Formats: sequence, structure tokens, C-alpha cells
Amino acid sequence: MNPVQKEKIILGLMYVAVFLSILMLPIIILWVTTNGIGQLNWTFLTGTPSFSTSESRLATHGVFPQIIGSFYLVAGSTLLGTPLGVLSAIYLTEYAAPNLLTKSIRFFTETLAGIPSIVIGLFGMELLVYRLGFQTSLLSGAVSLSLMTLPFVIRASEEAIKVVPNEYREASLAMGASKWQTILKVVIPAALPGIITGVLLGMGRAIGETAVLILTTGGGMSRKVPSRLTSPVGSLPIYIYLIAKETVHQELLNRGYAASLVLLIIFLSMSVSALLIRNHYLRKLGNE
Amino acid sequence: MDREEIIEKLLLVCASTSTIVIFLIVYYLFKNGVHVLNWDFVFGMTYNPGTDQFGIFPIIVTNFATAFYSLLIATIIGLPTAIFLSEYSPFWLRNIIKPLIEVIVGIPSVVIGFWGLIVLVPIIRNTFPSTQGQSMLTGAIVLAFMTLPTLISLSEDSLRAVPRAYREASLALGATRWQTITKVILPSASSGIRAAMVLAVGRAVGETMAALMVIGNPYIPWITLNPLDIVRTLPTTIALEFGYVEFYSTHYYALFGMGLILFISVFFMNLVATYFSGRNKL
Repeated sequence: MNPVQKEKIILGLMYVAVFLSILMLPIIILWVTTNGIGQLNWTFLTGTPSFSTSESRLATHGVFPQIIGSFYLVAGSTLLGTPLGVLSAIYLTEYAAPNLLTKSIRFFTETLAGIPSIVIGLFGMELLVYRLGFQTSLLSGAVSLSLMTLPFVIRASEEAIKVVPNEYREASLAMGASKWQTILKVVIPAALPGIITGVLLGMGRAIGETAVLILTTGGGMSRKVPSRLTSPVGSLPIYIYLIAKETVHQELLNRGYAASLVLLIIFLSMSVSALLIRNHYLRKLGNE
Repeated sequence: MDREEIIEKLLLVCASTSTIVIFLIVYYLFKNGVHVLNWDFVFGMTYNPGTDQFGIFPIIVTNFATAFYSLLIATIIGLPTAIFLSEYSPFWLRNIIKPLIEVIVGIPSVVIGFWGLIVLVPIIRNTFPSTQGQSMLTGAIVLAFMTLPTLISLSEDSLRAVPRAYREASLALGATRWQTITKVILPSASSGIRAAMVLAVGRAVGETMAALMVIGNPYIPWITLNPLDIVRTLPTTIALEFGYVEFYSTHYYALFGMGLILFISVFFMNLVATYFSGRNKL
């Protein structure tokens, strides 16, 4: 076999590898859609869940509290994590001197990004649920989730702030603006699309996060929308987990597929809009 | 202190949050874990909460074995993909594949686990009739798909960091593209690729939901490297047992002890990865 033939075979094998690498996405989308689409109707979106398999109960079975609960959890963690993340990123990119303090802040931010979610869950359970007395609740869940997305928002915002051209800053400072005014009025607006991308990607992660919520939120199959911050809260991922774990009943499994479809649609719309915003923004930067 | 200085101090406080959180996490893991943390806990062979025996060594071994098998699968698929993206792919194709890989990272793990349970488990059961379908192998396959994106994007980054001049020099000497890749580019990028592999293992070791649904979780775990056996991992054990654990019982402390071991392992792997990528002096 001569080197040229060998090259062709290797390239062929590489195409197979590439195909396998991205295979998971179409497999999951197709599997969830074909199994779940038939169950996705108004009753399912507005009803309340139960493990009961009686005809009458199944007729009203739905995941309304879970959808709202997931929405609350993601909204709460985003409200907490985004300002903190963006402000941290501003400090790291615009202020931080290259010293030991900055290095350790970066190191620990990276470390937080790598901590397994179940460990964050254990921490949330001990500190928020027991020590601070928040119970297994919306509050405990949202705070724990924000810890998962914080490093993510920091990293994305840092990158977005870094690509803002230095001329912008210099022009603003030359006009007599202070450093903070420059950041607030010039740097942040210019970096905003990148920051939004990061926040949306973080929300996409948060919506699917399960392990943290198992330990901190309580009512997986909850039939009520949480009325207070310290009420237990249901969520789509935990609903799916409980359905998958507890039942072999086909009707309930079908509801699990439908819930997976809802979750996947929310996740994909967040991720795809994030990528579109970023593409648009990069193109704009390229034209300047 | 003027306004600008106050703002800078406030920003520093925000930036320190992650650091404070890490210290709090370590503190609480340690504070609870220390009650059980001794030789018999880490190297004990019997794990049975029913009889108050907490020897987690079998769980640690199968945790790492599962992650190792998943790395094996992920590397076989992911490394050629990274090479393709960096060396062969036309620009437009790369622009399609890279975002897809980014999306795959975020697919809710519970949905992947659900798919694994309903689709992959029966396939394994039919292929290996001696098993129930849930096994270390099933877990490794699912985890491999989940860690592939990490492996691919980090390896690709380090392959692209190899200077163009290296490639041109090799090609000018008459080497084929593949010879250039194996003899010049891969050796130059090896530190970065190793870092990517370590980080991928780190992700696999700590992954909870997908593993939980497909690896079987025997009531009493035992040491095994047989990919067809059912196993437990530290995260799946914590997720399964926290629900009926009594507050501040030995069992409760044992779960934190496992969390601590898990934290230390992943922390250590991140350090190793940082060390490898720091060696990439190109």
C-alpha cells in the first residue's frame, strides 16, 4: 500500500470518527421527538403530575408545576449569578494586577467550574438546607445552581470584555471619562452580545442540571407551583429522572418522553440563540 | 478613598466569591467527612449501610474503571475528530461541527441517561445475554459521548497551536500529510492532548445522572474491572442514598466523606491537566 492510498483510508476513518462524535445530538433529538411528540398536548403542559396510572388520573397528568419550577430555578440562578459573574469578569480583565491574588482568584474560579455537580449539591444541602434553614426549596436550589453557572458566566464575560478593542477605552479616557465610567458606558455595551451569549449558554446548562437539584429542591413530582422562596419546587429534570427510575408503566414513560422533549426544546432554543447572537456579533466585529 | 477606589474594592469582593465558595465547600465536606475519614473508610472492602459498614474502596475502584473505559472510547473517536478538524477539515465544515459539539456538551444529562436506560441498556442486554444490560460498559459508552466534546475541543486547540512552520517544513521534506501529523504535529501537541484526556476523565469521574441510570448500582458493591458487571460510582452512591439518610448519622458523614474523596480526585486531576498544558511551550 503506497502512502497516498494510506492517506485516503485514514481520511475515510476520520470521517467515521467525526460522524460518531456528533451522532449523539441527532440521536437524542430524534429519539425524544418521535417518542414524545404524540404526548405533547395542552393537558400535558397545564396538568399536574402523579405516579398514579388510573385512567382518570392519566387524563389530567401534566407537568405545569415542573415547567414553572424549572423556569423559577433558572431565573433565580441567573439573577444571582449574572451580576456577580459580570462584575467578577470586569475586575479580572480591567483591574486585576498580575499578582498572586489575581492568580489564585483565577485558579479557584477554574476549580469551581470543575467541581462535580453532586458535590455542589452536598454543599447546598448542608449549608443552605440545614444550616441556614432554607429547607429543600426554590431558594436552596437556585443558589446552588448559580454556583454551577457562575464560573461559566465569568469565563464568557471575560472573553467578551477582552475582545473590546483598546482604542475604545483610550478614546473614552481621553475625553476625560473616569475608568468606571469608561467601563460602564463603553466597554460593557460593546461586550454585551458576548456576555448575553455566555448567560444564555449558562442558562442552557442550568435548565438541564439535575444532580444539584435532587439534593436541594425537594418535591420532584410536586403538584403545586412554589408560593414562597422556601417552598419545595418541582422541575423537569427531576420529573424525568423519577419517571425513568420508578416506573415501567408505558403510559408514564410516554409522559417522561414528552417532558424530555419540552426540556430539550427549551435547552436547544437557549443554546441556538446564544450561538446565533455570537455569530452575528463576531461578523460585526470582523467588519469593523 | 475616592469613588473609583471604592468601586475597585467592591469588584474585588465580587471576584472573590468563587474563592470563598471553594473554601466553604472544602470546609463543610471536611467538617462532616472527618468523622468517618480513616483507613477503613478509604480502603475498606465492605460497603453496606444496612450494617453500618462504610468501606468505599470498591466504589472508588469501579468509579475510576468506568471513567477509564469511557476515556478509551472517547479517545478512539475524539482524537481523530480533533485531528480532522485541525488538519483536514474545510473551513465551512469546521464551522458546522464546532458549534454542534458545543451544543452536545450541554444536553441535559438526565435525558442522555434516560436514552441510555431505554435504548442502550436493551441493546447491551441482547448483545451480552449474561447481563441485565446495565453495566460498567453501558455507563462507559454514555459517559464517552458526554466527555467527547471536552476532549475534542481541548485537543483541537493544542493541535492548532502547533506553528505552521512545523507543518511546512515536514511537507517540504516530502512527508505526506499523515506522516506530518504522526511524526511532527502529534508529538508537539502531546502535552495539550494529555491535558484534554485528564480533564475528560475528571468529567467522567464526577458525572452523576447519566451514570446513575445505566450502571446498575448493586446493593453491595465489589471490586471488579469486568466491563459487564454492574457497579457503583461515588456520585451515584451519594445521589441514591442521600434520600433516606438520617441527618448527622454515620451514613450522612460517609456521604460527605465520599464527596470529599471525589472533590480531591477531581481537584488533583485539574492540577495535573494544568501542569500538562503549562508544559506546552511552543
